[in-house]
Amino acid sequence: MCAMSPSRVLSEVYGQAECVRNSYLKSFSDQIVADIYGNAEQITKHVLSKKESQRISFDLTIDNLVTSKWFGYPLMILLLVGVFWLTIEGANFPSELLATVLFAFQDQLTLWFQWAGAPNWVHGVLVLGVYRTLAWVIAVMLPPMAIFFPLFTLLEDSGYLPRIAFNLDHIFKRAKACGKQSLTMCMGFGCNAAGVTSCRIIDSPRERLIAILTNNFVPCNGRFPTLIAITSIFIGGAIASYSGLINALVISTIILLGVAVTLSVSWILSMTILKGEPSSLVLELPSYRRPKIGAVIYRSMLDRTLFVLRRSIIVAAPAGAVIWILANVYIGDQNILSAVAHILNPFGQLIGLDGFILMAFILGLPANEIVLPILIMSYLSTGSLQDYSSLEELRNVLVSNGWTWLTAINVMLFSLLHWPCATTLLTTYKETGSKKWVFLSFLIPTLIGFTACFIFTQVVQFFGLV
Amino acid sequence: MILSAEKKNNQFTVALAGNPNVGKSTIFNALTGLHQHTGNWPGKTVDNAQGIYEHQKKSFLIVDLPGTYSLLAHTVEEQIARDYLCFANPDVTVVVLDATCLERNLNLALQVFEITSKVIVCLNLMDEATKKDLVIDVPSLERELGVPVVATAARQGKGLFELRKKIFQVASGSLQPSPRQIKYSSDVENALKELLPLVENIANNTLSPRWIALRLLDGDQSFLRSLSNYLDIDQASFQFQDWEESKCAQ
Repeated sequence: MCAMSPSRVLSEVYGQAECVRNSYLKSFSDQIVADIYGNAEQITKHVLSKKESQRISFDLTIDNLVTSKWFGYPLMILLLVGVFWLTIEGANFPSELLATVLFAFQDQLTLWFQWAGAPNWVHGVLVLGVYRTLAWVIAVMLPPMAIFFPLFTLLEDSGYLPRIAFNLDHIFKRAKACGKQSLTMCMGFGCNAAGVTSCRIIDSPRERLIAILTNNFVPCNGRFPTLIAITSIFIGGAIASYSGLINALVISTIILLGVAVTLSVSWILSMTILKGEPSSLVLELPSYRRPKIGAVIYRSMLDRTLFVLRRSIIVAAPAGAVIWILANVYIGDQNILSAVAHILNPFGQLIGLDGFILMAFILGLPANEIVLPILIMSYLSTGSLQDYSSLEELRNVLVSNGWTWLTAINVMLFSLLHWPCATTLLTTYKETGSKKWVFLSFLIPTLIGFTACFIFTQVVQFFGLV
Repeated sequence: MILSAEKKNNQFTVALAGNPNVGKSTIFNALTGLHQHTGNWPGKTVDNAQGIYEHQKKSFLIVDLPGTYSLLAHTVEEQIARDYLCFANPDVTVVVLDATCLERNLNLALQVFEITSKVIVCLNLMDEATKKDLVIDVPSLERELGVPVVATAARQGKGLFELRKKIFQVASGSLQPSPRQIKYSSDVENALKELLPLVENIANNTLSPRWIALRLLDGDQSFLRSLSNYLDIDQASFQFQDWEESKCAQ
């Protein structure tokens, strides 16, 4: 090797290449691509033959239907409502059963602790704190997830999801964003952190940032159980017949609201800090495949349901202990939990929540899954401490703490529109490499959440509807 | 960094390349027994996965590259895949093709052929192709391409043993493919001839001079950056810094 450094050789070669390139009139890169395609075409001609096909026309017929102007959207909404209806109806009974079993076991645990002569505070932290929070998390979250995820995976496996992206493309275009954003939103249904990672499929950096910043407006599975539990208790429960269907409609509306916010924010970002025109979408519509039921169940259970459950258990267990300690350590005649909630209360009331709810959302930063359990724990540990053994009594807990339908709707709104969880923020940092974007991804939904709840509450209260 | 896989002695590295949504993840799972999440839509695998399996008492480290339509580096994924194939020097590269859209998939295979000769083509989704009444003459495809072609239906687990066998043969050198090289139009070929002698100065025996010359003709800046990184830094400690850079540069 000569004494010259390799990089100098390289730059010399590059200079020569420039000369060669300039000595020809046309663009080499286009010619090279054309030649590659030409070669591929030639080979294909030699080895591929085709029988008369009906299968392709079958795919085409379905595609024409599900991506048609008139039928496409109704079908999407129908599927959305259908999936939630199945989830809510199906989750009812197992939730009830799990709650009964788990809380019965709590009494047993208490007996054992008494028998072992454990001090009161140990029993408090471990049983009333950790165990009871875990019981709530499992009873409230597991059944809806175990139904929702297989259904979602089924849609994913069949090949329907890219059709959604195709349908929504022109709306996203109008918001000056990329149609693939709807795929990243679908991933966000599972987990916003995964949704943010999946934004890598968007080629344009500008559109990718838009997708990352708005991914949080899709409720992730950590928030679904909260939404489902609260609708079931307050909305559907108020109207006895068709309650399942009404719940499904409410949840679907919430999701559509999230989509609307996503589009608006995408548009505003495109007009302000992320100016630019949308790039064109090249999206492959894969052929429909019959999902393998076994694989769907296996994967949705292992990769999604158990993964999420594990994560929430890991976060919820220490949170339960902390909540119990906060609720049982007194400063003066007030425990710390109530004291903090008291400080937050005026602010919470302004947006139709209360101090405890706001605190639950703040403590839920590590994982949205634990917002509702924390809230229940806070109410239970500060109010008259009763034993709650069924989900129906959840309503009594909430009502006795001053909840109305307005509170319920505000909690759902705020759950949809508030800061992303810590994992999502961390992922956003990894993907964008900039604290500025992380801060924005925190700020935008939070501001929108506060504003939306504030306006909604003030309007409802002004007209005296509550 | 995931791509700078820690390779043990006596371990072969196998790169899995292919268009998005051709079943790379399924094949990866089938070979390694890992359960990487698969889904029926393009762009599912945006992160790289790697896993290990054993065959004939040899250990194989499989690296699942992101799905790309080409290696011309228009996107971050294409850059990752290209840089890995060019510089990490895997012992075998398996190009997974979707048998239902052979022509489009061959574009990628032909580009991989320009980078490395240790290639196997895995013709996946054969079951789907049959359903669509497509008939592919595998032996003549093998002749056309000059590399082993293994027909698989990974979701049904078909053809995977054959794939393992071929991977082993190519890795151990008992089978030496001579992949078909793209014939370019005369302008390109002439320009290549001018450049090749110069390029041979910088290409060591792991890099293909023809491929470098082609990228020079493209005026592909991102490749030049990767290349100069590669040439400056000791090969053994080569890390994919460029990926980090390109990710953050936005």
